[in-house]
Amino acid sequence: MTHAIGVEAVGIGKHFGAFHALSDVSLKVTPGTVHGLLGENGAGKSTLVKCLLGYYKADDGGFIVDGREASIERPADADALGLGMVYQHFTLVPSMTVAENLVMSRQNVPATIDWRSEIAGLKQFMERMPFKVPLEVEVGSLAAGERQKTEIIKQLYLERKFLVLDEPTSVLTPQEATEMLGLVRGLAHSGTLTIVIITHKLKEVAAFVDEVTVLRRGRMAGSGRVKDLGPSDLTAMMIGEPHAPKNPERKGAPSSETRLAISSLRTAEDTGRKGLSIRSLTVHANEIVGIAGVSGNGQKDLVEVLGGQRPIASGSMQVDGAPYDASREQSRARDVRVLPEEPLRNGCVPPMTVIENLNLRGFDLGPAKSRRWWLDRVAMANRARQMIAAYGIRTPSPRAPIGVLSGGNVQRCVLARELDGDVRLLIVANPCFGLDVKAVAETRARIMAARNAGTAVLLISEDLDEILELADRVVVMHEGEIVHEMAAEGADPQEIGRHMLGHHA
Amino acid sequence: MMESIGTVLLAMLAGSLRVSTPFLFVSLGECLTEKSGRINLGNEGVLVLGAMVAYATSYETGSPWAGVAAAAVAGLLLGGIHGAICSLARVNDVAMGIAIMLAGTGIAFFFGKPYVQPSATLLSGIPFGFWSDNAQVRNALSVCPLFLLGIASAIALHWCFNATRVGLRVRIVGDSQDAALALGLPIDRTRFLATACGSALAGIGGAFLSLYYPGSWNEGLSSGQGLMAVALVVFSRWNPINCIYASLLFGAAGALGPSLQTVGITWGYYLFYAAPYIFTLVVLIVTARGGKSLRGMPGQLSIGR
Repeated sequence: MTHAIGVEAVGIGKHFGAFHALSDVSLKVTPGTVHGLLGENGAGKSTLVKCLLGYYKADDGGFIVDGREASIERPADADALGLGMVYQHFTLVPSMTVAENLVMSRQNVPATIDWRSEIAGLKQFMERMPFKVPLEVEVGSLAAGERQKTEIIKQLYLERKFLVLDEPTSVLTPQEATEMLGLVRGLAHSGTLTIVIITHKLKEVAAFVDEVTVLRRGRMAGSGRVKDLGPSDLTAMMIGEPHAPKNPERKGAPSSETRLAISSLRTAEDTGRKGLSIRSLTVHANEIVGIAGVSGNGQKDLVEVLGGQRPIASGSMQVDGAPYDASREQSRARDVRVLPEEPLRNGCVPPMTVIENLNLRGFDLGPAKSRRWWLDRVAMANRARQMIAAYGIRTPSPRAPIGVLSGGNVQRCVLARELDGDVRLLIVANPCFGLDVKAVAETRARIMAARNAGTAVLLISEDLDEILELADRVVVMHEGEIVHEMAAEGADPQEIGRHMLGHHA
Repeated sequence: MMESIGTVLLAMLAGSLRVSTPFLFVSLGECLTEKSGRINLGNEGVLVLGAMVAYATSYETGSPWAGVAAAAVAGLLLGGIHGAICSLARVNDVAMGIAIMLAGTGIAFFFGKPYVQPSATLLSGIPFGFWSDNAQVRNALSVCPLFLLGIASAIALHWCFNATRVGLRVRIVGDSQDAALALGLPIDRTRFLATACGSALAGIGGAFLSLYYPGSWNEGLSSGQGLMAVALVVFSRWNPINCIYASLLFGAAGALGPSLQTVGITWGYYLFYAAPYIFTLVVLIVTARGGKSLRGMPGQLSIGR
């Protein structure tokens, strides 16, 4: 086994044009520890580690690796020093097997590969690992948790001495996250390698991290040993205020009126993944139903079905007791709205202006909901202006292309458009992905306000904490089926996690 | 009746072995290029240029094998142009491929004018039918060495994709740009080389047209085999071994018309000649049903992203 090394970054600065992503940031990672790198989205965490790993070249400052000054100009330099990183977006090749991925990640791949001896060698290597992954399975068919493990195995296979994990638990169930972080901490404390975890989850920090460095807006906001810091200290360092925004208030109990009823719904299988097979799913007025599940278990398919992007093979969907086919006409008639994940990609036309994007729902309707041929640009602009004011959307101009807005403001635009007027059913998918703490709080408050006003909300999220915070009722999806249902109040995350993994005993 | 069915089947087998060879080479070339994450519609132009260059070289040197080599080099160069231009930012490989297709046929027609009349030395078949005294059987089993070279290339390419560093690197570049970047692979260079080498294979396919079957050079030599090979690669699920089967199947479809003629069926002449095109349409419709993503498709292909 290799020996963990320490890494120090001194006075790192990096700017992109006029934008200062990092100014005078220092980081000191003790060998054989788990170091947390904390901060909001856009605080500069990724930029810092990308400089360390040679993807960017720092403009100021330098690095000290294992006690020696190191010049890191290219990824290969970091590689030679034994520094590695597990990305949030996995860098495994989906169509290749685990074994092929591992072998090809090596520096010295032979010109022709003798698979028999390679597989034998890999099996031996796998024996020594704290966790196992199947070698001869295509990576594309592995669950997210297994892929994550494969990424870490790959780094161990490359004999890294220092490893950065970028938001490693964002795609895992609570059990998988606990297991993975426990294993990683074990590796660090045994002196095998040094770990840096980029995260914003304070619970994980308290349980698994030894020391932290916190960044805010590209500057150092603090650092220290986790033992000496409380959650409010960390929150204060991260967002500049001692308390995280309050959870939105829930008003009134769900009504008994059924808004969405799905029965015996099936979709065709796609690319080897099972299709949906939902026996029954209902959402009532004044209710948020949260769908939990490990990413890739059919949640995306369900959103696509409800948004009219994926055909159903059999079964029925009803909204307010009438059949629903998710067409534009019917979604309009029944007031069904969708907040898709990655709103810029799935809910906007990036090169079109903010005005046009805000009017995508109604640009072809006249005052009496009649069809129109010619666009009423003036009315569109007026409506957009109202929304921009009501939702506090920050845009250089209403006529700016929506693609130039920040993630939080794009989400505000989509919220404004989808929550406009009377909404009877709202489908929401991963609404807070990639937003900063303030935008997250605002988005959640809007969703809760819609629920309090009588909207039925179906919330699909990969963030279990988000579901437990917002939902009245939780259902768990596994391999396209609904495998469990419970009230959100008092629900046990561990139990939900078990169902997410398909253990229903 | 039985006899004429036998004749048709034998003629279709013979036709299939013949007609499939250009399909095989172009589809292997296209498969290699697409595995690296790029599409080359220019292979139709490469095919025609390869045919012309092969014929002209064979005529000038007297050696048909020199013609085959020259066709491969011509393909390498034309494919190299495609590969190099597509490496530039914001160049669309589909549009560029159409330009290369038109350029290739244009160049071939321009320089090929003087070679329409003269007759060059052709490749001779290997008589696998020597054991039979039936002339039809002997004729059917006379196999072009290029066909065997094609089969060998398919097997070699398959092995390459699975057990060589180069092959796996091509697959990584074609399937996941993120992974290729993380591994520090030269993405543009890999695609450039895969496109050039793929076109060299397509050029050899052209040499078969002018030096074996039909075995002459004229402007109507290719009937879209270069374009149909793109459909064939989809049908083969980007697997070189499947390219062999798919080519034989397309070859058989192409041989349907001429085979029926040998037994005197003359009605529906043009309809039977259209069989391979109809077959292409059917294949594309069947393999591209809505709601499903194509399995095996390289993740970085511009049409799939």
